Amino acid sequence: MIEIRDVHKSFGTTEVLRGVDLSVPAGSVTCVIGPSGSGKSTLLRVLNHLERLDAGEVEIDGELIGYRRHRGKLHELPDRVVQRQRAAIGFVFQNFNLFGHLTALENVAEAPIGVLGVPKDVAVQRGRALIARVGLAGREGAYPSELSGGQQQRIAIARALAMEPKVLLFDEPTSALDPELVGEVLDVLRDLAAAGQTMVVVTHEIGFAREVADTVVFLDAGQVVESGPPSTVLVAPSHPRTREFLARVL
Amino acid sequence: MHTRGTVVVFALRGAACFLLPFNGKTPPMSVLGDVRTRPVAEIVPARKPGRVVTAVLALAAVGWLVHAAATGLDWGVVARYFTATAVVDGLVTTLWLTAVTLVLGFLLGVVLATFRLSGNPVLSALGWGYVWLFRSVPLIVQLLFWFNFGAGISPLLAAVIGLTLHEAAYAAEIVRGGILSVDAGQVEAARALGFGRVRVLRRIVLPQAMRAIVPAAGNLLIGTLKGTSIVSVLAVQDLLHSVQLIYARTYEVIPLLVVATVWYVIVTSLLSLAQHHVERYFARGVRS
Repeated sequence: MIEIRDVHKSFGTTEVLRGVDLSVPAGSVTCVIGPSGSGKSTLLRVLNHLERLDAGEVEIDGELIGYRRHRGKLHELPDRVVQRQRAAIGFVFQNFNLFGHLTALENVAEAPIGVLGVPKDVAVQRGRALIARVGLAGREGAYPSELSGGQQQRIAIARALAMEPKVLLFDEPTSALDPELVGEVLDVLRDLAAAGQTMVVVTHEIGFAREVADTVVFLDAGQVVESGPPSTVLVAPSHPRTREFLARVL
Repeated sequence: MHTRGTVVVFALRGAACFLLPFNGKTPPMSVLGDVRTRPVAEIVPARKPGRVVTAVLALAAVGWLVHAAATGLDWGVVARYFTATAVVDGLVTTLWLTAVTLVLGFLLGVVLATFRLSGNPVLSALGWGYVWLFRSVPLIVQLLFWFNFGAGISPLLAAVIGLTLHEAAYAAEIVRGGILSVDAGQVEAARALGFGRVRVLRRIVLPQAMRAIVPAAGNLLIGTLKGTSIVSVLAVQDLLHSVQLIYARTYEVIPLLVVATVWYVIVTSLLSLAQHHVERYFARGVRS
């Protein structure tokens, strides 16, 4: 579903991604772990072209993201096309980023109506169903400021799901939460994984990765150091840097 | 239910220990060990004799002013002209001139603000240059420019153009400030959902920027209302010019200026009231 080939990205003189290759099969859950500054978030952000690439390419469902190949060069796509691609890629942020002036239901229904052209009554009906799915039925009329962090993140997930995305990207979805609220968000992620949603989750929740991930990717200094099933990467890592990292976080 | 009742009673008793003056008996329960052994002394706030003096002086000054206004002014003249046709016509001109300036000024202001914030260096420089130029030129100078521009520009058109261009420079800065006050994460979330730039601005950024824009815009609007009086130099018959025309004939200068003043105060008060309600609307979703 997702093919990442030799992706490079620098901010100024700092090279954040140094040739990342990764393949995410449809219906699988990939957890990306690694120390802060290792390029995890940047990797996620190049997947929906929130960041431009310096080199390499990203393909989702057979379509090159953000660029078009022409005579051996990659030309950046016009906004309109990038917008269409992004509409099919769900993104969940660390800080939720719910629209503050809209209610939970309006947050979920806004993009389907405005971007996909779904009729309002249909979008509202689906929005209610999604809010119920993340366990927040009854809170449709609440503004983000009236919700706890965990509830906001669950609405943010419902908002991403409303676009019926091919893939869902999570950027440290529980890092901004109080510890007692982490569980409710991870429960939603578990349900999605069980339903066969293709997901890439950047996370510090090693326990969650061990339980849910099909593939765990250990990223360090902008490179994939090790990847494989959690039973290998998290239990019997082959690389000393992975062992070192796990020893620090576990 | 039973347990909840107990908790309430308990809480009330607890609060009572802190609220009621201590009567010498041991309180029913206290977390402070000292309260149990030492009687609680009454607390006396410091006296502020200076306050009384300044208050009396201020009231005396206000009283003198009210007295002077009540006796020294011919209120009969004020009342006679307050709703005179010429004055009301002038008021209507002032009001629609203000409204047109506000609407056109802010439309242009939004465009200029987006220019200024655009990634395109030429547009950005253009936005900056406009604000720089039109904030530098005094309104009256600009009005005289348009007035003397030549054929086809009536005094009224000169007034509309001058006021709008002036307003737009300030509106642009107010809108820009409002846009910058919105968290960048809001834009990013909208972009990630596939929103186009214009939709992000219209549906996500501007509605939230309004919270910062409205108070400043209210200020600007009231300034504009009073600023329209400058167009009287172009012989546009606004509120001020209308009363000027009357007192040029009758020499009742002060009562007629009071007529204009009272109207300006009334309209400004109504605008302040409206601003309060608009602010409350845009504060929705924000925890106070």
